[in-house]
Amino acid sequence: MSDVYVLGIDMIKFGRYPESSVPKLGAEAARLALEDAGMSIQDMEALYSGNLMQAAAMVGQRILQEIGQTGIPVTNSSNACATGATAFREGWTAIKAGIYDTVLVVGVEQLGKAGLLGGGGGGGIPTEGLLGSGLMPAVFAEAGMEHARKYGTTFEQFAKVSVKNHQHSMKNAKSMYQKETPLEMVMGAEMIAYPNTKLMCSVNVDGAAAAVLVSEKKAREVGMDRCVKVSASVLTSDPWTERDLVMPDVNTCTRRAAKAAYEMAGLGPDDLDLVELHDCFATAEILHYENLGLCGEGEAGKCIDNGETAHGGRIPVNVSGGLLSKGHPLGATGVANIYEITTHLRGAAGDRQVEGARVGLAHVIGLGSACGIHILEKVN
Amino acid sequence: MAEENPTKPLPVAKYLAIPEDGDPYLEGHKCSQCGAIFLGARETCSSCGTSGTCEPTPLSNRGELYVYSIVHRSFPGIEVPYVSAIVDLEGGGTVKGNLINVDPDPEKIQMGMPVEVIYQIAPRKDAEGNEYLTYYFQPRSA
Repeated sequence: MSDVYVLGIDMIKFGRYPESSVPKLGAEAARLALEDAGMSIQDMEALYSGNLMQAAAMVGQRILQEIGQTGIPVTNSSNACATGATAFREGWTAIKAGIYDTVLVVGVEQLGKAGLLGGGGGGGIPTEGLLGSGLMPAVFAEAGMEHARKYGTTFEQFAKVSVKNHQHSMKNAKSMYQKETPLEMVMGAEMIAYPNTKLMCSVNVDGAAAAVLVSEKKAREVGMDRCVKVSASVLTSDPWTERDLVMPDVNTCTRRAAKAAYEMAGLGPDDLDLVELHDCFATAEILHYENLGLCGEGEAGKCIDNGETAHGGRIPVNVSGGLLSKGHPLGATGVANIYEITTHLRGAAGDRQVEGARVGLAHVIGLGSACGIHILEKVN
Repeated sequence: MAEENPTKPLPVAKYLAIPEDGDPYLEGHKCSQCGAIFLGARETCSSCGTSGTCEPTPLSNRGELYVYSIVHRSFPGIEVPYVSAIVDLEGGGTVKGNLINVDPDPEKIQMGMPVEVIYQIAPRKDAEGNEYLTYYFQPRSA
C-alpha cells in the first residue's frame, strides 16, 4: 500500500464571517491549499468534505461550484467535532487503497456566535437543568471532575491550560484571539460550568482548512521537499463503558486511538516534538495528556504546573493557541490542527516555530463519540 | 370529556417507572449475559452484543455522587445555578440528574458523598398542560 503525504495545506484565519457562507469559506481554504500544493482543481481526483451544521446540504459539491465543477466524486462527512479529521482520513484511505493519487480535503464550519452547544432532544418536557446538564461545558466539566476525583486536580491547574493556550496564540495571526489571559483573569471570568469559566471554553467561530493529499508515486513526481508524511491515521468510536450512557467517555476512545496510531507509525509519545490536541474545554486538555501518553497516569496536573506542555517545554501542546483561543469551527478543527503540525514540520511556523520539529500528533474528539488521531513526520 | 379526577403525572424520562399502586422508581434494563445495566428497554446489549437478554430491573434509590458540575450558564429561562450530578446507584446503574438541597459550592459538595433519589412533580409542564413526575438527588446521611 502506498504511503500518503500532505503536499499542500492551509487554513483561513478563524473568526466571524457573517457575510460569507459555508461553501465560500470552504472554497477559500481549498484555493489556499491548492496554491500551497502548486496544483489546480483539475489535478484533484476526488474531494472529501467535512462539515457538521449543514451535514445534509451537500457542502462538498457547493464548494466545487465555487472552485470548479470538474465532476469528481465528492464524499461529505459528518462526525461531530471529529468531522475534519474524518474527512482527512477518508482521503487518506482512498490513496492508501490505491484508488487515487491526488485528493482534496476540506473541513469547514460557520458557527457565528452560536451559544451553548448540546442538550435538547426527546418529547415531553425539556430536561436541561432538571435532569442535570447535557450542555458541553458541563459535560466536559464532569469529565474533568473525574480526574479531580482520582488525582486531586485543582480548578487552578485546569485554568492554567487556558493561560498557556492563550499565551501561545499571541504568535498565531490565524488565531481568533491574540490575547494574553493571566491566571487571575481566567479563574475570575464568568463561571459557565464549574470548573470551566468562560475563558476555559473553546470559542465558537467560523473557519475552514484544506489539504491536498498525494500518493508516494505522485510525491516523487512533484518532489518530496514540501511533502510531510502521514505516518498514522486512526479513527475510533467509544466502546461500551459502565457510565457512558450518561457520561460520554472521551478517554477510552482516545487511548485506543493513540495506541493504534503509535503502532501504525512505529513511534511512541517520546518521539513527538509537538501535539495539537482537542482542548474544547480546559478540563479536556488535562485528560488527554494522560490519554495520549504524554505523561504518566495522574501526572497531568504536575505537567501543566511545570510548564512541560508550554512552548519551549518538554512536549509543547497546542502552540497554535488551541481551540480555546484559536477557535473551534467544528468541521474545520481536525484539518486545522493537521495544518499546524505540518507547518512546524516544514519549519515554516515563524515566531512560534517548535525548533527542529520532526514528528507531531494531531488529535480530535467528537462527542458521542469519535476520536481521530494523525501522526505526521518530516520526510528528510 | 370533563375529568373529575386529577390525571396521573407522566414520567419525565422513560426509565422512571410509575406503578399503578406503589412508589415510583428508576428502572434499569440489565443484561443477563454480561450484567451491563441500561436506562430504557433495548433489543441488544451494547456491551456484549447479545439480543433478547436485557430485562427490566428496579434500581436502588440509594447511591453515591460520582462527579458533578455546577452550571451557572444555561439556556434562557432555565434557573441557575444548579448542580448537574452523575450518581452511581447501589447495586448498579449510573444516572444523571440535578443534585438539590445542597449549596452550589464546590466546598460543600464531596465526590463520593452518599445521596438518595427523591421524586417530585416537575416545575415544568408540556404544551398540553400535562404534569410530569421527575427525580432529584439529595444528600443522605450514610
